[in-house]
Amino acid sequence: MSATASPARRNAFFGRATRSPALMIGVILVAICIVMALFAPWLAPYDPDEQDVINKLAGPSREHWLGTDSFGRDTLSRIIWGARVSLFVGFVATLAGVVVGAAVGVVSGYFGGWVDRVISGANDVLMSFPQIIMGIILVAVLGPSLFNLILAIAITAVPAFVRIARGSTLAMKERDFVDACRALGFSNMRTMFAHVAPNIMDELVVMASLWLATAIRTEATLSFIGLGAPPPTATWGGIVREGFDNLLDAPLLSIFPSIAILLVMIGLNLVGDGLRDATDPRAPT
Amino acid sequence: MSAALSVEGLTTSLRIDGVWRDAVRDVSFELARGETLALVGESGCGKSLTAMTVMGLLPAGVGRLSAGRIVIDGVETSGLAEAQLEKVRGDAIGMIFQEPMTSLNPVLTVGFQIAESLIQHRGLSRRQARERARELMELVRIPAAAQRLDSYPHQFSGGMRQRVMIALAIACEPKVLIADEPTTALDVTVQAQVLDLLGSLQRDKGLGVLLITHNLGVVATNAQRVMVMYGGDVVESGEVGAFFANPRHPYSRALLAAMPRVDRPTADLSPIPGQVPTLADMPEGCRFQSRCPLREEACARRPPLTPLRDDPRHLTRCVVTAREAS
Repeated sequence: MSATASPARRNAFFGRATRSPALMIGVILVAICIVMALFAPWLAPYDPDEQDVINKLAGPSREHWLGTDSFGRDTLSRIIWGARVSLFVGFVATLAGVVVGAAVGVVSGYFGGWVDRVISGANDVLMSFPQIIMGIILVAVLGPSLFNLILAIAITAVPAFVRIARGSTLAMKERDFVDACRALGFSNMRTMFAHVAPNIMDELVVMASLWLATAIRTEATLSFIGLGAPPPTATWGGIVREGFDNLLDAPLLSIFPSIAILLVMIGLNLVGDGLRDATDPRAPT
Repeated sequence: MSAALSVEGLTTSLRIDGVWRDAVRDVSFELARGETLALVGESGCGKSLTAMTVMGLLPAGVGRLSAGRIVIDGVETSGLAEAQLEKVRGDAIGMIFQEPMTSLNPVLTVGFQIAESLIQHRGLSRRQARERARELMELVRIPAAAQRLDSYPHQFSGGMRQRVMIALAIACEPKVLIADEPTTALDVTVQAQVLDLLGSLQRDKGLGVLLITHNLGVVATNAQRVMVMYGGDVVESGEVGAFFANPRHPYSRALLAAMPRVDRPTADLSPIPGQVPTLADMPEGCRFQSRCPLREEACARRPPLTPLRDDPRHLTRCVVTAREAS
């Protein structure tokens, strides 16, 4: 052990990360999406809600690169603005899912016994619902709004994080430093959240990057079936639906936002896999 | 001045296959300030369990204190609720563990880990605690303490980590320090440094140290008194000098005979025949009888811990050798 071990470890992480072309492609795809979301007002050539009924359902042209929808709104502008909604919903819902899921999972794994049995049992029940079904039920009950959409997606994300946090905590609580915490008179709360939680953070981050893709997909699906953010908000799922209703007249209207969804999915999955490999100490450097 | 730690009739039970069995029976001792009491015995004899019981760290549902009193620095802690125990642990009593490699949290800086307990128990501000952490690291002789506050445990060697552990344990100036095999995982040269450090801290701070070890060499050079445990019983206790000069219990004699010495050929090493019986089939009466060369009929009843006539501070739990002493 030397004083240079930590920078060395960090370099190993970056070395592995930058040498992985898959991860780099993922980062680029996600970065494009983030830039689109952040700079939508400057990037979008038109106001996404501006209607031009004469030009409705037009194909790609020099004025409208990706054509227009049934109200004559510019599809490219709506996809760029839609990135905002997708990423916002995805990030917030995943973050909420991680925070709540990790807290519950750490408590479950740390205490064990009946606490663990109750939490794990309830969690398994929640997990047995497919995310889409769960999302549909929740939005149907709560009513469609952006907030309820986020809430519903966050709730569907919670069980996965409970499970991973619980598993990691079970392994972590056998470590000597947890006994040392108790010998120092730290409360269970302090031991769990100041000592165990930071040790399982890397696994949660990897899982979160993969869940971000799922959350964005769920958002698109719910918007597609009309349970997403209410119109006229531009969402990718909403544009696909718009195109789906006019599939014979303007098939490309569905295709373009679908490609956007696909690329973000691929990007986030590549990032998640790459992060997992880069943080895995057993991986060859 | 009251004893740093006083333990009376401590009995710890473990639940094994649904049955509570006494794993530590009727242990009593007093630890004065500035004194080192060594607790020796082979693995599974109950020495670590005794320490865990004193700390109040028995796992709920698996272990319990079934009888006895524990008084730490004048405060009775046996029977205290967990929330009160948390205030005592790390404050009046500290503990250092065998494995310095794994006893520190790998993702937190050592400075933070030392400061944390000061913030918890003493209500210091972050800045005060950090300053105190630096002083503590200097006290345990970590070079360049100020720069190393922000280092992570993996950047330290084993001996340095054990120093950090010691700094952690003594941060709140406890009266009692339990050292559970503090040097077993370290190189011999580092062992001596760590023990030397413990000794000087003890003299300066009037710390009572309960030193758990199976290394009799460590006992001879570092402790004033020694307690030998076998199968959950204290079988012999006395001053270190008297103990090494004239061990009374057959188990203590066997332990000393099993220890290699430079002045004797290693062929003379004599292992103790047999194994420690499991808790479930521990014999009635003297627990060492199944392996004892001096066994006789009287051993079927549990022998009392008897003081020797010529040295009342030297006690043995053996009817045969107690008689021989008189």
